[in-house]
Amino acid sequence: MLDTGDRMSVLAEAAGLSAGYGGVAAIEDVSFRVRPGERVALLGPNGGGKTTLLRSITGEAERLSGSLRVSAPYATVPQTERSRLDYPVSALDVSLMGSLAELPWWRQPGRRERATALQALERVGMAELASATFGELSAGQRQRVLIARGLVQEAHLLLLDEPFTGLDASSSERLERLIGELATEERGILIATHDLEQARRWDLVVCLNGRQIAFGPPGEVLDRAALEATYGGAIVEIPGNGGLGILPPHHHHQP
Amino acid sequence: MIGPFSDPIMQRALLEVTLVGVCGGALGCWVIFYGLSYASESLAHGLFPGLVAAALLGLPLLLGAGVGILVAALGVAVASRIPGVGRNVAVAVVVTSLFGLGVLLALSPASPPGIQGLLFGDVLGASDSDLALSGGLALGIVAALWLLHGRLLAVGFDRAFARSLGISAAAADAAVLTLLAGAILVGVQGMGNLLVVAVLVGPAATARQLTSRMAPMMLLSVAVAVLAGAAGLCLSYYAGTAAGASVAAAFVAAYLLTAFSRRSGLPLTAEELP
Repeated sequence: MLDTGDRMSVLAEAAGLSAGYGGVAAIEDVSFRVRPGERVALLGPNGGGKTTLLRSITGEAERLSGSLRVSAPYATVPQTERSRLDYPVSALDVSLMGSLAELPWWRQPGRRERATALQALERVGMAELASATFGELSAGQRQRVLIARGLVQEAHLLLLDEPFTGLDASSSERLERLIGELATEERGILIATHDLEQARRWDLVVCLNGRQIAFGPPGEVLDRAALEATYGGAIVEIPGNGGLGILPPHHHHQP
Repeated sequence: MIGPFSDPIMQRALLEVTLVGVCGGALGCWVIFYGLSYASESLAHGLFPGLVAAALLGLPLLLGAGVGILVAALGVAVASRIPGVGRNVAVAVVVTSLFGLGVLLALSPASPPGIQGLLFGDVLGASDSDLALSGGLALGIVAALWLLHGRLLAVGFDRAFARSLGISAAAADAAVLTLLAGAILVGVQGMGNLLVVAVLVGPAATARQLTSRMAPMMLLSVAVAVLAGAAGLCLSYYAGTAAGASVAAAFVAAYLLTAFSRRSGLPLTAEELP
């Protein structure tokens, strides 16, 4: 269990936030809150601003107006860029990077840090592949190693950018279970996703399409109107069970 | 290979090549993974007039190189602000202009002999003070690489993450570039301004084909640089070829040999052995 104080404390909170690049807003009027133990889905089409919202938390995107307060240590779990795949590091090396937060700049990670990093890999089920080259792992394994790095960093808030992209069904299931376990440890988790069904299973959802369409528990906010506004009308009625679905968007890699 | 190195001149040359190999080999791995190959070439050529001016005025080369880098950086910053001139073009224009200026000064009839050594290197003519300066710089570079290893590795892997830890990617870039300028200074005496980039890219590119971890890659790169450097000196001794160029040729040969062996499926690393 993390020491995050009472459950009502807030890890990150935005109010009327606009953010973007070079003075041009990519998202407008975003207001949401992440508390310990909450899985919050960022749902929206490609180019809808999911990545920009995550980047405004890390400071990579410019805040143009409104407020954004991040009051807990956070860790990023980015999509793996192609260039990172031939980077000369093992899974343990990557997990170990999280320990740099604690060390003064002239200190190298030592035995204690290695033990912590190995423990974190064990926690995400990657201990056996600790000495494997990061770039040779599967997409799902890489995501879990990056989560381990966040655990070593003692992050209370995890930012996952489309972690399920390119994962097969069993890796997806495994990752989703891990995300659930991390939430029960009172971590807050912000997950950008395309998958409406996933978003329905989590605690809160932010619908984004350039601006914020809705924020709240999925059961309350994911109605037809919100989905149409989020996905621009590409909604289909799923025959038989009376549910709603979205036409699967073509995947473009966001810059 | 012992024969040539009984000669005191060759012993000094070997020491010089070893220092160059240690700096260039180790730093070269960062040059590759930070995408700085073009930058190191530009930096080497851009600071050339500074070196020549220092040599002409009898000032320490280090000072000349420092001023040379500042002038080149300023030139690039100003030129890239001209509308319609991109950053790449600005670097190319400024660096070739400065390099041309340096060559003009170095090769003018009024320049004392020996200045040409800055262009093509003079590994056989290293003085005691040259060696001492190179040794000091090499020690500083190795110490800095040791201290900064974890942070350089983290920034090269994932800049956004480094930021979440409060590590500045810009500071890491600046550190690598500063060390690069130092390594160029160590290398310019032996390899010359034209060929110094060979020691920064060749051995590291060779080592990269053989291992997929940073620390072993750096050690291997240093070993390749020092051994190929010694081989280049032998070539120069027996064939009477220019020393700097022979050493550069040995780096290229090491790279090609490794690349060829890998293509033809020879086991080169421990994991590949049956």
